[in-house]
Amino acid sequence: MGEKLFIHGYEAVGRGALNAGCLHFFGYPITPQNEITEFFARELPQRGGRFVQTESELSSASMVFGAATTGVRAMTSTASPGWGLMQEILSHISFCELPCVVVNVQRGGPGQGTTRHAQTDYLSATRGGGQGGYKSIVLAPSSVQECHDLMQLGFYLADKHRILTVILADGILIQIAESINTDVLKFDPLPPKDWALKGIGNKGGRFDWHHSTRGLIPPVYKTIIEQIHAKYNKIIETEVRFKSYQADDAELILVAYGYVARCAEEAVNMARSQGLKVGLIRPITLWPFPYNILKEKATQGAKFLVVEDSMGQMVEDVMLGVEDKSLISFLGMSSRHDIGELGMIFPETILEEVKKII
Amino acid sequence: MNNNLNAVKKELIYAPSQYRLGAQSPACPGCGSPLACNIIMDSLEEMGIIENSIVVIGVGCTGMGFFGTKVDMTFCAHGPAPSVAAGIKQGNYDKSIVFTIQGDGDCAAIGAGYLVNSAVRGDKITIIMCNNTTYGTTGGQMAPTSLIGQKTTTTPEGRIGAKHGYPLHVPEMIAPMKGVAYSARGSVHNFASYQRTKKYVKKAFQKQIDGVGLGFVEILTACPVNWHMTPVEAMKWIEDEMILEYPLGEFKNVDSIE
Repeated sequence: MGEKLFIHGYEAVGRGALNAGCLHFFGYPITPQNEITEFFARELPQRGGRFVQTESELSSASMVFGAATTGVRAMTSTASPGWGLMQEILSHISFCELPCVVVNVQRGGPGQGTTRHAQTDYLSATRGGGQGGYKSIVLAPSSVQECHDLMQLGFYLADKHRILTVILADGILIQIAESINTDVLKFDPLPPKDWALKGIGNKGGRFDWHHSTRGLIPPVYKTIIEQIHAKYNKIIETEVRFKSYQADDAELILVAYGYVARCAEEAVNMARSQGLKVGLIRPITLWPFPYNILKEKATQGAKFLVVEDSMGQMVEDVMLGVEDKSLISFLGMSSRHDIGELGMIFPETILEEVKKII
Repeated sequence: MNNNLNAVKKELIYAPSQYRLGAQSPACPGCGSPLACNIIMDSLEEMGIIENSIVVIGVGCTGMGFFGTKVDMTFCAHGPAPSVAAGIKQGNYDKSIVFTIQGDGDCAAIGAGYLVNSAVRGDKITIIMCNNTTYGTTGGQMAPTSLIGQKTTTTPEGRIGAKHGYPLHVPEMIAPMKGVAYSARGSVHNFASYQRTKKYVKKAFQKQIDGVGLGFVEILTACPVNWHMTPVEAMKWIEDEMILEYPLGEFKNVDSIE
């Protein structure tokens, strides 16, 4: 059993990674996630791990790439502009099927945007943000506890499927403090990383050059792409995760993730206390997205209200799930309480919108 | 007669290295990069570190020779080979010998930032950069290393310094940096230069084995196809033109960094 601690989201990310056995972190300063980088700078040397402050997010991603080829659990953390910069390398990581974890603490975009929270990288994260058409498993924590637990799940899924796992957090989740259990989670056994680069003398003379030269030599590009996409289909079938809250009898279902899901949950409580049949479906895996549960609820007659702190990104996935079976409304960044970068979508605002629809 | 022949004691005087796959070289006739590959592979084998080595191949023709070798390798994006190598070094807790093979475009243009910061950190890796004054794979465009007056597909009238920039001297540039343990420039256009370059490469690897700091060797290599020359003309051009701009020799060689 781990300790019960009252800690910030950034420390939960760090402790979750340590509990997953991650001893390699490469990072570059960017707001609002600097405390994650500083956590690893402080903690890893004491544990025999390796921390490098790099010269850019491109370099961070490249070092994660390098470390991942050796079979160790490696990660980096960044915020939106750094996420954009990393895409070339993350795309290559996906082509090479290297398991690793990247935390993206979303801040308001596009461009340099703001240094404060937002949810404007959803499409970039879930569609494969870089060139070439690929997928990453995208996990969305909605509490400090989940920041801790999804780091462990993220490393497990990365190793299980040889894939990049993205933890898509936001500036609020990382900066708030909550009481959590720091238990080490148990997962099924993983296959050995017999492909890791260790030097041929350290693995019986076998050499590995398939990581990335494959596709050029031997020329089997089409086979590789088909294999990777067969893997994606398997993940879609087996790894969908979501949480339902008061959704069983709900006439209106809110769909939200991250910090906004916390506001949405509060809005559900307020609505229920007024006798309104409102529920919440919160995707934990943004890719693969829980289309089926939305389709099921739509078929049963529920309406939907998508709440996200962007001008409308996840709403596209909800439309794919619901199709034309029911009504979908959207509440986004325009409903923030303040015109400045500190604006948020409050539960009261969501409740007002609920009353208009229901 | 046959019996007599069989009685002769057979002595092996030459065999291909067990670390070569015998694959056909993908290089064009007269290309210098397979020679650089030979120097590196022979050095690793003679130093007894080849089975503990991992090569990071940059983007370009330069590293293609390694596709025919039996050594752990990865092939990275355009430019970040030094960072990937540093990540591998950290991942294997400094136990591996890690080196990059890069072209001048990969290392000195798109990868210049990675190279400089690897030197800032003093990464215990080895970087081998082949300089053929052009982008070979993409068809002969201007590189940071192109000579003044050199005609390329993007400087059809010849490179003009004031307009296109000036040749970049990479080993001289990083030699004064504290984290650099070794920096040198060799060539493979004749046998004497080849042998001297091999000594440079071995010294650069020795700095990594000794944990001193970054080792860097630039190797002048011919690209007859994009220079529009015969292989023999290309060797002569290196001797008569390239070496005037890019002098051969060692620019840094320290045994410890305080």
